Amino acid sequence: MTIRRRDFLKATGAATLSAGFPRLARGADNASVYDIERFGDARILHITDTHAQLRPVFFREPSVNLGIGAMAGNPPHLVGKAFLDRFGIRPDSADAYAFTCLEFEKAAGRFGKLGGFAHLKTLIDRLRGDVGINRSMLLDGGDLWQGTGLSNEMQGADMVEAANLLGIEAMTGHWEFTYGEKALRDNLARFKGEFLAQNVFLTEEAAFNDAKAFDPASGRVFKPNIIKEIGGYRIAVIGQAFPYVPIAHPKRFTPDWKFGIRDEELQKLVDGLRGKDKVDAVILLSHNGMDVDLKLASRVTGIDVILGGHTHDAVPQPIAVRNAGGVTLVTNAGSNGKFLGVLDLDLSKGKVADVRYRLLPVFSELLKPDAAMAAQIDKTRGAQAMAWSEKIGTADRLLYRRGNFSGTMDLLICDALREELDAEIALSPGFRWGTTALAGQPLTMEDVLAQTAVTYPATYVQRMTGGQIKDILEDVCDNLFNADPYYQQGGDMVRTGGLLYTCAPAESVGHRISDLKLESGHRLEAGKHYKVAGWASVNEQTGAPVWDVVAKHLRSGKPPNRQPSGVTIKGVDDNPGIAGQG
Amino acid sequence: MTTNNHQFSRRLILQGAGAVALIGLGNFGLAPALAAANDKYPEEAFKAKNEADAIKALYGKAPEASDKVKLDAPEIAENGAVVPVSVSTSLSDVTSISFLVAENPVALVASYKIPAGTMPAIANRIKMAKTSNVIVVVEAGGKLYSAAKEVKVTVGGCGG
Repeated sequence: MTIRRRDFLKATGAATLSAGFPRLARGADNASVYDIERFGDARILHITDTHAQLRPVFFREPSVNLGIGAMAGNPPHLVGKAFLDRFGIRPDSADAYAFTCLEFEKAAGRFGKLGGFAHLKTLIDRLRGDVGINRSMLLDGGDLWQGTGLSNEMQGADMVEAANLLGIEAMTGHWEFTYGEKALRDNLARFKGEFLAQNVFLTEEAAFNDAKAFDPASGRVFKPNIIKEIGGYRIAVIGQAFPYVPIAHPKRFTPDWKFGIRDEELQKLVDGLRGKDKVDAVILLSHNGMDVDLKLASRVTGIDVILGGHTHDAVPQPIAVRNAGGVTLVTNAGSNGKFLGVLDLDLSKGKVADVRYRLLPVFSELLKPDAAMAAQIDKTRGAQAMAWSEKIGTADRLLYRRGNFSGTMDLLICDALREELDAEIALSPGFRWGTTALAGQPLTMEDVLAQTAVTYPATYVQRMTGGQIKDILEDVCDNLFNADPYYQQGGDMVRTGGLLYTCAPAESVGHRISDLKLESGHRLEAGKHYKVAGWASVNEQTGAPVWDVVAKHLRSGKPPNRQPSGVTIKGVDDNPGIAGQG
Repeated sequence: MTTNNHQFSRRLILQGAGAVALIGLGNFGLAPALAAANDKYPEEAFKAKNEADAIKALYGKAPEASDKVKLDAPEIAENGAVVPVSVSTSLSDVTSISFLVAENPVALVASYKIPAGTMPAIANRIKMAKTSNVIVVVEAGGKLYSAAKEVKVTVGGCGG
């Protein structure tokens, strides 16, 4: 793939704009994409939700990312052209390709893959080198250890090695917890940075039984924060793990721990860091998701910047949120290693005087892969890469996952579930990770695992009534579209195969889903039973792992099912979070 | 993903079982001295189907919302069968604290008598049939004060 370097260069600058906060600087039109003018006293680098993608990926951003209620039309709920307009990004530019779904396939040919840890390493080292020794910090927002067959097989150990080589100083977690306490602790014993989580506590029973905790008095399982001195200033970084781990995933992985947003405990922590520890800046390294972070920023005072993740929103500028104590900036740094957040802080005693923030797309073809990291990745991939590199099928069209309701990759998975498990209806989780495959691209087991690698991959086939199926859709839909972000869990709508429905996201729970139909056109009847296949249930299942089911289907060479998603979206006509249905 | 039959049968059981009636009748050695007519088991209140009727049966009047009643409950329950809910208050002369779940088959969950000189703070775990407002009523100085919070009970799954 040839890359025209000027395609990139023409495009820079747009994504480096910052606005809405006192004297947020506007980046100049730099001569080179990654030449960043030095600013302030401390540089904080932030990656999040890389989902263990050690090598560069294609990843199509969503064409449907709806915001409801107060969130409608506000970042991160903008897609396509509305996104470009809001952030001043030129159409057809490299940034337009990185940040939006517009003309994805065409642009993918021009600009190539993004991310990759060897490329990230080169960029991170350069940006740290630019500001000098002991002037920077590298943070990871979690979902670092999960998302590939390799990471699943190694329970995240591969990513601990990569994280150490990359120089991650602190991280928090989400999918990390799905390996269970033992694997998590084994990994953390090898991790050279700190694992931070202010919002994970022992259950009463576990505390009573003297289970291991960072602070037995409070029951806090992990260290809540670090304080790092940079340029003579003290910067506190607090970790906020995904608040709903035991709800979104099987409880059996974390039986001794309870989670939650816990903004009151967070406020106490911030007050202590400001008062007793006299820090000059407070940063929240968060896996809440952007809507939750925006609400949290309006309630908790004393946080300068929230470096956010979870919802995979690549937001080029920080959003300034006013609260009783001042202003908190909220960011979200995308996913899959596509982006590197660069936060430059101008500090003075006890406060942040000024800020510059950039979310840099990691264009793999502009970065020379770091040799040590590349060697490390090759070594770790070793035998698995060989076993999983056999071609088992071909992408019959652009295969992507991200989007509120459906993606072509999930249609393929649903198709496989229905065909192989002989079910009328298939349900597939609305995960936001999973890479994109271009039309005509050979598909390997490694590709299938990049969509399916979880610690609870078992498939199931069950008889459910139409009423139960509707209840599931309503329940998941409320996790996505509840008007109060604190009641959202992140993730997208459960994907359906063989089932068509209408969704009105702005309605209340129980009233969003209507007009359910089978592929045959027959109405779904509330009292009638249907054979439903699915995977990744929060309850223990015994069926074959979903990746084997999908691989079998691909190998069979059955003609692709080109049925559209079958979801009709209602009542969001003027919402800039949707560009076409899907 | 989301759910399966086990999950659903659990839900159905919850709906059928109703609330756990944890009655904290303050056996702190002072009980005999405080014995009064309303120390009896509040049978009518535990029959009420909604929170307003239950409060009326219990206290004979309605509470006013107060920011002096601090209710701590999760936004989304990790397990609907055991939802940790606690309350504390800066109000003085607290004589009772009651917990209600609006959407449970029986709204009143528990009513605690608070003997004089006791710190008015209670933590308990309650069972919730489905997403509902959780209401706490504090009786202090002969008046009623309340706080409420919605707690979501979800079938779970489908995290990002």
